[in-house]
Amino acid sequence: MNIWNFILSHFNYWAYIILMFIGLYGMIIKNNLIKKIIGMSIFQSAIILFYISTAVKLKGGIPILKTGGHGSFGHNPINIAEYMNPIPHVLMLTAIVVSVATLGVALALAIKIYRNYETLEEDEIREKISTEYFSEN
Amino acid sequence: MIEQLPCLVVIVTLISALVAAASGWLNKQYPFIIATSALTFSASASLILLFKIAGGLTISYHMAGWPPPIGIEYRIDGLSALVIAAIQIVALINIPVSKSYMNKNLKNKDAPFYGLYLLFITGLTGIVATGDAFNLYVLLEISSLTGYALIGMGNTRSPLAALNYLFIGSIGATFYLLGVGYIYIKTGTLNMAEIHTMLAPIANNSTILMAFALCVGGILTKAAFFPMNGWLPSAYASAPNGSIGIIAPLTTKVMVYVILRLGLSVFGQDIALGNMNLSMLMVNFAAIAIIFSSFKILYHTKIKRILSYIIIMEVAYMIGGFFTGNKDAMTGASIHVINDAAMTLCMFIAAGAITSKFLDDDIRNFKGLFKKMPFTAIGFIGGALAIIGIPPTCGFFSKWYLLKGSIEAHQFFFAASLIFSSFINAIVFFKIIEYGFFSEDHGHHHIEVDGIEEAGINVIIPLLLSLVIIIGLGLMTGKIVGNYISILI
Repeated sequence: MNIWNFILSHFNYWAYIILMFIGLYGMIIKNNLIKKIIGMSIFQSAIILFYISTAVKLKGGIPILKTGGHGSFGHNPINIAEYMNPIPHVLMLTAIVVSVATLGVALALAIKIYRNYETLEEDEIREKISTEYFSEN
Repeated sequence: MIEQLPCLVVIVTLISALVAAASGWLNKQYPFIIATSALTFSASASLILLFKIAGGLTISYHMAGWPPPIGIEYRIDGLSALVIAAIQIVALINIPVSKSYMNKNLKNKDAPFYGLYLLFITGLTGIVATGDAFNLYVLLEISSLTGYALIGMGNTRSPLAALNYLFIGSIGATFYLLGVGYIYIKTGTLNMAEIHTMLAPIANNSTILMAFALCVGGILTKAAFFPMNGWLPSAYASAPNGSIGIIAPLTTKVMVYVILRLGLSVFGQDIALGNMNLSMLMVNFAAIAIIFSSFKILYHTKIKRILSYIIIMEVAYMIGGFFTGNKDAMTGASIHVINDAAMTLCMFIAAGAITSKFLDDDIRNFKGLFKKMPFTAIGFIGGALAIIGIPPTCGFFSKWYLLKGSIEAHQFFFAASLIFSSFINAIVFFKIIEYGFFSEDHGHHHIEVDGIEEAGINVIIPLLLSLVIIIGLGLMTGKIVGNYISILI
């Protein structure tokens, strides 16, 4: 198989994987807590994009029934190729709520950390913790 | 009423959580009263479920009357009924303990604390009760987010520990979500039972193996399985005494339950245990984890750090037991989920009682402490014997099953690490007991023990109750395995 075709035919997966690793990089490498939180947000958005991309159909519209009363296959059969899959969208509504809640908790904790140590750089906080620790003992 | 129990056991604590958080405006005592009554109700509901389910029955509850492939199903079988009962009883036992630390550790924040407490229990119970893979993710995040907040309410160091836990926890949960996405692409359903039947013919598909790796990897991160254990000790050591009594016994154990559930009834044993190399790798990793945490508990001198590394060790027991893959080892892993919840509860209540009265958590300073706090000492020693694995306590029986299974499966490295960790646990706990009873000065700076008195009645009674449960679970091991676990495996 031509490698270029392979990349193009799976481009939604490549996009989510690249975003996911940008997010992971931010969470692991960055020293500033706010940058880590931004990384976490990117990481979660990547998964949301992945789910949404699986619902897309070529020439598929929004999933609201155009014809047919109760979805019977009698007079007005439903052509499922006309509609996008609604389930991933609904699932991701919940996942967005979850990621917003996570973001909220993370920012609240960051505020609490800033009030204690007056910095958000992780190495400086660790330094302050260790001096605090040795002065205690 | 009875057929509504699988829903009620989750929904009552959920609604009371909101009521308890709001009722703090009216009166400072209301949140505690609401939390206690809600947990009493759902604990008795979980016990009724447990007795109803004995002997291999499975209850399937359809949320809002929608049948499974479309609607969300709650499914209670023997293992989930046991774990739900364990969660509810641990929460109920810990609630008077948390009340006694309210003035000191938690700055009188009754309303938010009990709101979070009930939401945390709701999330964990829901994880165990649900039969829907995506619903599990949502409930997982409910319990995790409340867990971060409960840890972050502790001392000045706790917000940073909670934030690190949040980063690792979100990575784990998001990987699980990704795995569920792969399953959904392949099967088009999210119901666990339906996924199981649809995956059977396509077991060797690479997408499914990827989904298995992502789901299990994500949950193992949240269960603090070795190399992903870095967040646990600092988070648990800095958490307030009132909330550590539910977080430490329940979070990792429920995550292990999720692994068991994924392995037994979502992917099935063919996918989860069919690959010999993967099973070997996981069992050997578990053995390395056990040895690693054994050395860590020898090295550390802070009581809560030691207990945290013991949790990491116990998680490795269960994961190793599951991936060993024969009946005995998997029975041992399943029963160790509830046994370890009881043991950890006992140890953390005792450790909380000691650290709150003594204001120091270094075991070398515990000189003569146990003479001053005799009931705490009884609880601590009982929990320690269970963790070492001395007979009538429950720790012995689950460890026996694990050992028997691992030797049958020729996993000698894992079996050896189990025995090794028991010896190390014995050394560490007898060292603590020696410091506690025999007050000779070894040259460390001396903290006055004379002013220390026994912890209050609302710490002592839960502590002794958890000790009774440890021994009771040990004596009833045969019945529990026969009625609830052996049918599933």
